[in-house]
Amino acid sequence: MSGVFEISQSDKRPMYLQIMEQIKRKIAVGDWAEGQAIPSIRQLAVDLEVSVITVKRAYLELEREGVIVTQQGRGSHVASTPGLGARLHEQELANHLTQATRIAALLGMEPSELAERLRAAQAEKEQV
Amino acid sequence: MNGLAIDLRGVGKKYKFFSLNRIHLQVPEGQIMGLIGPNGAGKSTTIRILMGLVHQDCGEAFVLGRRMPDEQIAAKWDIGFASEDMRLYDAMTVGWHLRFIASMFPGWDNAYAQVLLKRFGLQAEQVVRGLSHGQRVKAMLLLVLARKPKLLVLDEPTTGLDPVARHEVLRELTAVMKDEGRTILFSSHNTHDVEQISDTITFIDRGRIIDSMDKEMYLDRWRRLRLEVPSGERLPALPGIIGVRQEGRLAILTANAFEPGLANEYESRGARVQAIETMTLEEIFVANVERSRVDCGEEVEA
Repeated sequence: MSGVFEISQSDKRPMYLQIMEQIKRKIAVGDWAEGQAIPSIRQLAVDLEVSVITVKRAYLELEREGVIVTQQGRGSHVASTPGLGARLHEQELANHLTQATRIAALLGMEPSELAERLRAAQAEKEQV
Repeated sequence: MNGLAIDLRGVGKKYKFFSLNRIHLQVPEGQIMGLIGPNGAGKSTTIRILMGLVHQDCGEAFVLGRRMPDEQIAAKWDIGFASEDMRLYDAMTVGWHLRFIASMFPGWDNAYAQVLLKRFGLQAEQVVRGLSHGQRVKAMLLLVLARKPKLLVLDEPTTGLDPVARHEVLRELTAVMKDEGRTILFSSHNTHDVEQISDTITFIDRGRIIDSMDKEMYLDRWRRLRLEVPSGERLPALPGIIGVRQEGRLAILTANAFEPGLANEYESRGARVQAIETMTLEEIFVANVERSRVDCGEEVEA
């Protein structure tokens, strides 16, 4: 069930963040449907060969974000929120925009210039 | 047994050139604890005390609820111990060792032993003398794993293994944790292994425990902050910062008690935060040992 999960060693981010991101992707593309049961913390830890506490942290954060629901005795499920997949894509976009804005500020770039760069990137993609 | 697989209370041991300093160490049932520290820090002494192989001068040691070293015979039925200085019989085969251990331990799971033989790429007919270092380490681990002990105590289980063998061993160790009633304590120099599979981390240096904590909380407390500083200013080390390195207008700060307010505090002093980076256990390990040596008043080369 979690066969396509893989922790990357060259990814500098903490493992729990990588696990969160991979779960979100599975939900975003629809592999894990709304309301569907997902592996238990211990099972996913064994599958990923990481500690239980790391998976527990990922699940806790995902629960806080409203992506999954964990109930005592019933295990964890994908939240039954309509449009959750789209919302996760939306969130990913928002994160990238925040990053882009931050780096633009480091470069001393004006907002209009950043907007222009975004339009240029879009135009480039359309050409491909 | 109060849910603790291991409970050391004020355990000390004095040698001529080294002493273990009244340490307290608790490992809850169902967890993997990674024991890290530089060479000669006291990892092996700690392990030997809790196995009853070395008798402490002071303090109490309980393993699986048994008082050590007095009740070590009763405790050892449920403990699987492997360390580098253990030897297999050179002239005997792997299969002979399997049968030998199976004959002593009623909990021996022969089906699991056969699975492990395959997974570890070992053959029962192989004579120990002809095994590589990695194969011997795996054979030793197989002998303790197949007994399905409640507690595994492993001194440097991945040292000297090639990447594939290391991976095989780590996979078996995490698989053990499918059972909530089992516990693993292992020591390692490989911080990557410890970071990957342990639930709690205990840091030993010079016979003292520097930190012993939930791994996620522990990693979360450490950050590297990269700051741009106004010309001519020097950044102070605010509480939570254990190291400031500054050259010109760029500074790198190491935090061991990070919270977001810390970055704001530096910004209000005119610095600009370029990046806040998480740290690997390896980086934390080095920073921690250097700090503990500075605290001891010892020179550390920059």
